[in-house]
Amino acid sequence: MIERLDSDREKAARTSEAAVTALEVDVWFVREILPLESALMEYLQHNWRNRSDIYDFRQEIYIRLYETALKKIPDRPKQFLFAIARNFLINRVRHEQIVPIEAVADLEALEVAADAPTADRALLARDELRHLQAALDRLSPRCREAVVLARIDGLSRSEIAVRMGVAESAVSKYLSTGIRKLVEVFYGEPKTVRRKA
Amino acid sequence: MSDVSERPFLSNASEVDEAASDWLERRNFGSWTEEDRREFDDWFESSLAHRIAFVRLESGWKRTERLTALQSPTRSDSRLSTQDLWLKFFRLTAAVLFVAAVGSGVAFYLAKRTQSTYTTGTGEREVLSLADGSQIELNTETSLRTAVASGGRTVWLDKGEAYFRIKHDAAHPFVVLAGERRLTDIGTEFTVRRDSERLKVAVLAGNVRFEGDNSRRDEQKPAILKSGDTIVATATSFSISREPLKQLANELGWRRGVLIFNQTPLSEAADEINRYNRKKLVIADSAVGRLKIGGTFPKNNVNAITAAVRELFGLRVEDRGDEIVVSR
Repeated sequence: MIERLDSDREKAARTSEAAVTALEVDVWFVREILPLESALMEYLQHNWRNRSDIYDFRQEIYIRLYETALKKIPDRPKQFLFAIARNFLINRVRHEQIVPIEAVADLEALEVAADAPTADRALLARDELRHLQAALDRLSPRCREAVVLARIDGLSRSEIAVRMGVAESAVSKYLSTGIRKLVEVFYGEPKTVRRKA
Repeated sequence: MSDVSERPFLSNASEVDEAASDWLERRNFGSWTEEDRREFDDWFESSLAHRIAFVRLESGWKRTERLTALQSPTRSDSRLSTQDLWLKFFRLTAAVLFVAAVGSGVAFYLAKRTQSTYTTGTGEREVLSLADGSQIELNTETSLRTAVASGGRTVWLDKGEAYFRIKHDAAHPFVVLAGERRLTDIGTEFTVRRDSERLKVAVLAGNVRFEGDNSRRDEQKPAILKSGDTIVATATSFSISREPLKQLANELGWRRGVLIFNQTPLSEAADEINRYNRKKLVIADSAVGRLKIGGTFPKNNVNAITAAVRELFGLRVEDRGDEIVVSR
């Protein structure tokens, strides 16, 4: 099924009865789903004991989400995402022949996460700064240096290599790792700042 | 959803993620050849997991770029809060840079960042000379902000047009930001013109690195512009072309106080001269607008051009006070 759908995004758009291009799904995914990622990760962490599994779970959930969205973009992204996540966890529980009680009992968590308030933009931006700071702090010193030189000073890979006194291939590795870790904190981790009445 | 659960479960998210970030790094920071692009397309299209991982990292990395933009105050309506954010961010970058400075023995990073705003009114021109010998000239109705810090030099072109002659310094890159688009000088002379929707960049000497709006597919790879290269980007299109240097030099006539037209449709010539004058030139009908005009005209005087069209084309010129109407 995956093979058919993503072998050729143009073909996928043309052949299926409802024509949604993969590009449209990309845009929708970035706009509607990625901002929910930290809530999704919280939900998965809360309902699954083995933390190292949840990155694979996320991948799998996103794939299912895309598969459906390629036929028709869902009207209610939050509900849709968490419905997929819930079904996925239930299937996993069945498959593993183990029953973590929370996974089945805590279905209300779905509603809680789906109804989380959307903060206004300025506050969100402020949180994002703290988030970036936290993410940068957690990079290794060399990795952080490369990211700062690339991002804030706008240097090229070769300029960074000269500045840091390492090979360009090493700079590539630092930057690649830096991108991955920063994005993980940005999207994947719950916002550290809580605004509660 | 039920049918896909039968599919074997792949536990390779971290591998896919690593491949995706390697590709993103290569595209953003490496030399991105046609072969790279083909190889990437194959990888990207070969699995939905690849696609999703890349789209996610790409948009997340893009978000970190927006944050660094918070270094400067942006819109006037949110000045206070933005300033606040900027201060916070500055402290953060200072801390980070301190680590970097200690690590690499470079201490000059920590010098203070100074910012200024410059604007010109209709018909005005202003020349800025930077301490390093670089020069920026603002054309009519232009607004730009500069931030010069020891770590680099940044200019935000908010609207209008400016000419840059930059003393290159690899350790302190010169960056021009126009909306989501970014130019980095590699030793150079170039102009940037930003109208409401349209951005035009023309390089007269040296090289400029252009990074487009990442949210748009057709602008994603950075381009190195060489002398004579011109980029025109609008909300819906993007093109790179080469123009004879003489033509580009003509477009810079404003620096000498003149507008130089060569086989220019009258409607375009009117739009140009109207940028510099409160008294607007109005072309009454499109057939008249298509007439071609050539010559050198003072930019701050509409009368020179109206005199020319009256004599050359026998057109009627009617002065209505705040506008001059040209018709048959």
